[in-house]
Amino acid sequence: MSINKQQDFGTPVSAAQQTVTLEIDGFTVTAPMGTSIMRAAASIGIDIPKLCATDSIEPFGSCRLCVVQIEGGRGMPASCTTPVAEGQKISTQSPKLADVRRGVMELYISEHPLDCLTCSANGDCELQDMAGAVGLREVRYNPAGENHLSAVKDESNPYFSFDPSKCIVCSRCVRACEETQGTFALTIDGRGFDSKVSPSQNQAFMDSECVSCGACVQACPTATLMEKSVIDHGQPEHAIVTTCAYCGVGCSFRAEMKGEQVIRMIPNKDGQANHGHSCVKGRFAFGYATHKDRVTKPMIRANINDPWKEVSWEEAIGHAASELKRLQQKYGKDSIGSITSSRCTNEEVYLMQKLTRAGFGNNNVDTCARVCHSPTGYGLKQTFGESSGTQDFDSVMEADVIMVIGANPTDGHPVFASLMKKRLREGANLIVIDPRQIDLVKTPHVQADYHLKLRPSTNVALMNALAYVIVTENLVDEAFVNERCDIESFNKWRTFIGQDMHSPEAAEAITGVPAADVRAAARLYATGKNSAIYYGLGVTEHSQGSTTVISIANLAMATGNLGRKGVGVNPLRGQNNVQGSCDMGSFPHEYPGYRHVSDDITRGLFEMTWQADLSPEPGLRIPNMFEAAIDKTFMGLYVQGEDIAQSDPDIQHVHAALRAMECVIVQDLFLNETAKFAHVFFPGSSFLEKNGTFTNAERRISPVRKVMTPLAKYQDWEVTQMLSNAMGYPMSYSHPSEIMAELASLTPTFAGVSYEKIDQLGSIQWPCNDESPTGTPIMHKDEFMRDDGKGLFMLTGYVPTAEKVTPKFPLILTTGRILSQYNVGAQTRRTQNNVWHAEDILEIHPHDAEDRGVNNQDWVGIKSRAGETVLRALISDRVQPGIVYTTFHFPESGANVITTDNSDWATNCPEYKVTAVQVTKVSQQSEWQKNYQAFSEDQLDLLAQGMAND
Amino acid sequence: MSNKIESLVKMANDISNFFNAESDKALAAEGVKKHILRAWEPRMRAAIIEYSQKDGSGLNPLATEAIKLLAGC
Repeated sequence: MSINKQQDFGTPVSAAQQTVTLEIDGFTVTAPMGTSIMRAAASIGIDIPKLCATDSIEPFGSCRLCVVQIEGGRGMPASCTTPVAEGQKISTQSPKLADVRRGVMELYISEHPLDCLTCSANGDCELQDMAGAVGLREVRYNPAGENHLSAVKDESNPYFSFDPSKCIVCSRCVRACEETQGTFALTIDGRGFDSKVSPSQNQAFMDSECVSCGACVQACPTATLMEKSVIDHGQPEHAIVTTCAYCGVGCSFRAEMKGEQVIRMIPNKDGQANHGHSCVKGRFAFGYATHKDRVTKPMIRANINDPWKEVSWEEAIGHAASELKRLQQKYGKDSIGSITSSRCTNEEVYLMQKLTRAGFGNNNVDTCARVCHSPTGYGLKQTFGESSGTQDFDSVMEADVIMVIGANPTDGHPVFASLMKKRLREGANLIVIDPRQIDLVKTPHVQADYHLKLRPSTNVALMNALAYVIVTENLVDEAFVNERCDIESFNKWRTFIGQDMHSPEAAEAITGVPAADVRAAARLYATGKNSAIYYGLGVTEHSQGSTTVISIANLAMATGNLGRKGVGVNPLRGQNNVQGSCDMGSFPHEYPGYRHVSDDITRGLFEMTWQADLSPEPGLRIPNMFEAAIDKTFMGLYVQGEDIAQSDPDIQHVHAALRAMECVIVQDLFLNETAKFAHVFFPGSSFLEKNGTFTNAERRISPVRKVMTPLAKYQDWEVTQMLSNAMGYPMSYSHPSEIMAELASLTPTFAGVSYEKIDQLGSIQWPCNDESPTGTPIMHKDEFMRDDGKGLFMLTGYVPTAEKVTPKFPLILTTGRILSQYNVGAQTRRTQNNVWHAEDILEIHPHDAEDRGVNNQDWVGIKSRAGETVLRALISDRVQPGIVYTTFHFPESGANVITTDNSDWATNCPEYKVTAVQVTKVSQQSEWQKNYQAFSEDQLDLLAQGMAND
Repeated sequence: MSNKIESLVKMANDISNFFNAESDKALAAEGVKKHILRAWEPRMRAAIIEYSQKDGSGLNPLATEAIKLLAGC
């Protein structure tokens, strides 16, 4: 193993098809038109000295180190900004070029600290490398002259240091912030000798608009911007490519290591989802993996009021298996089940559902996607025939109109948001449908053409109004519909949607969105050359979540925006493996590949391979498990990597259900909120400690690779296997690749997937089989995946939510997430990301705040029909009057104390986005918070007692 | 009505509300039935059928029709 640095070609690749042939230093090279001479040279192993160029950003031509000579040409042009041309003859080395380069380097070094031996970039410094490359031997300028050597360091960012004394003002950081990230937080302030890199208005990084994505650190050629982990521990010595464990973008990273210690996570330039970009979570927030809160010993206890007892793995597994068997004997085969997690690998999820179906003998397996994107699975399966998004991320670069519905990409999917912003800066139009002013509505060089600020819970009414305009203004793509869609269903839908009750004017009373804006947005979407829809949990987490997904599919089919680049229906998945956990068969009614358990042929296939009798009946969904637990018919649960006691709605009901069960087994990195109700704790392994795969929002299966020994000895899939064996259902996998091979043998859409192929291609987008041996970036190109190959239109009547505002509960609470924290916060709360967001707060409109006498930072009580909690207030006009907003990253916030048990009609995905509440100024925590804090402290004491007794 | 039955009735009514957009009510009832058959665990189906036969007052008309069809499966 070695660090094996990725080659920097100096300038970005050219997408041109046409090539030119030229000669560089006597070697012939052929390159696409538009390629820089620098890149063409690098492609044949000729490294032209450079400082201001790097291949993630456009060339700048400022350092003058990369000058070359072109036969017959004048002067010495910069090779980074000069494109190749047919027949050119180029020299990259000559005495004259050497003189110029040495002169340039001499100037740079004349005011650069000469502390190379003790510098954090020692061994990874381009300035040092270039000094060597140009043969710099002396600096003739007086070191006592004016310089920047005493410039003060900015240590404000928790993850990287900014040392302006080492800055060569190459602008790579500034350009990375603009081009790669799209935040424009950095600039060069001043002129000439006074020029310096400035975060915002000469502010500290932490006080600036910087979002800590790390692009500037990555681009910096010196130690000016440097990871503090490298400053502390020195340069890494080997690197392993793996996949991020945060959001559904699924960024590829190089885990740069020193032995078994992660020194830094560097976004992989070859990563097909992220192309070398990252966000603050994936890039920097990996410290949770070795946090002191990790529980690394198995534990058991008879009662949740007992201290935990640390035991051997054998004892823990044996105890868990015997308890589950006891429960099945006492309460019946169907009295136990499992919950899988989108934070776990495909292989782990596959084993969990296999254990449940074949080992437990029932289909009581569900996944956390139940509470996020289950409506996507349902809606897209019904209409398109497959439970997945249609495009790859890169498709957005060919979109002309981008419609973002109920998603907040800059916070939830930041790396994809950067790509989207790049396309928007190139001129694509933007329609945002969201009750709240998300950052994308107005961000540097991006402004939404239309922000349809609808009332929460009225998505379907708005989507129907958009469709009404398309149908009644003859904007339907008749050719596409006739060729690709089920005509009977289309005709029925056209009649239905063309009724005046769906007109924008009628809908305005429901949605609050001006009819003229709806009409204009519909025309823009329908007439844009390529129109693409991106949506998130603001679509799915409603009582009509599935209906909205269906209406999105209807809209895309009606306008022919499917089956090619630049268009499509793109669900932005919340967690890293939402798509994968669903693909792996963790819904109670579906085997891997979304095949119903009642399908005799499929079931027979699994029965034969698994050597077990399988139930043809759907099992319990998560909320049904809770109901059954309270009903005393569901008494045992195995939860892997999911924290239902924090993340699920109407949390007091969830806690009551957990208390009612006789055996709750939790497998996790930490004693999470669910574990506080558990009887068995299996210590989990982080993504750094195991092998497997994650599947991101674009169906991309990417490798997860073990970079360190599991702290608790076993990878999670091994623990599930041990439990299965102890339950009497044998499993004998020796590596996750064998699990993937089994899945591939049983699942047509994965038939061509193997670890060997993933290693060879880097990643694979399913379907991958004989028809698409290297995967499928764009789905439904020629036909839809329904049995008849036709897209199905479905009727989408608007049904108002049962959650109504009343004088007692006059405001609507809606929820979301923030860039620096992730989901329930179990990972990010245990990192320095807390400096950005240390608690959940309630955003409230100035008018509503004034009515209630609420000021910024005041404690406010938020009361719903389900419960009450207390948060600090932030007065903000990002929310509309009548709407309040919070995140749910901290358990003590109790955001889910107030959410109700309303759920999507088709999938029971909770209606997190709509809760009627009242907000009042208060002076202390809610009763629930006080009680929960006491319970939580007791549980931590019981954990400490268990550890002390060991 | 117990919490459990209340919850099942609400679920059945919600499903019916979606299929209500279909003007052919026989087709709509068939859609509701099929959805419940494919998504609900047998204990839940048995409970809603029992409730429908003994009381059923909380179910909307389409859900009532659909549960009748379900009972015949």
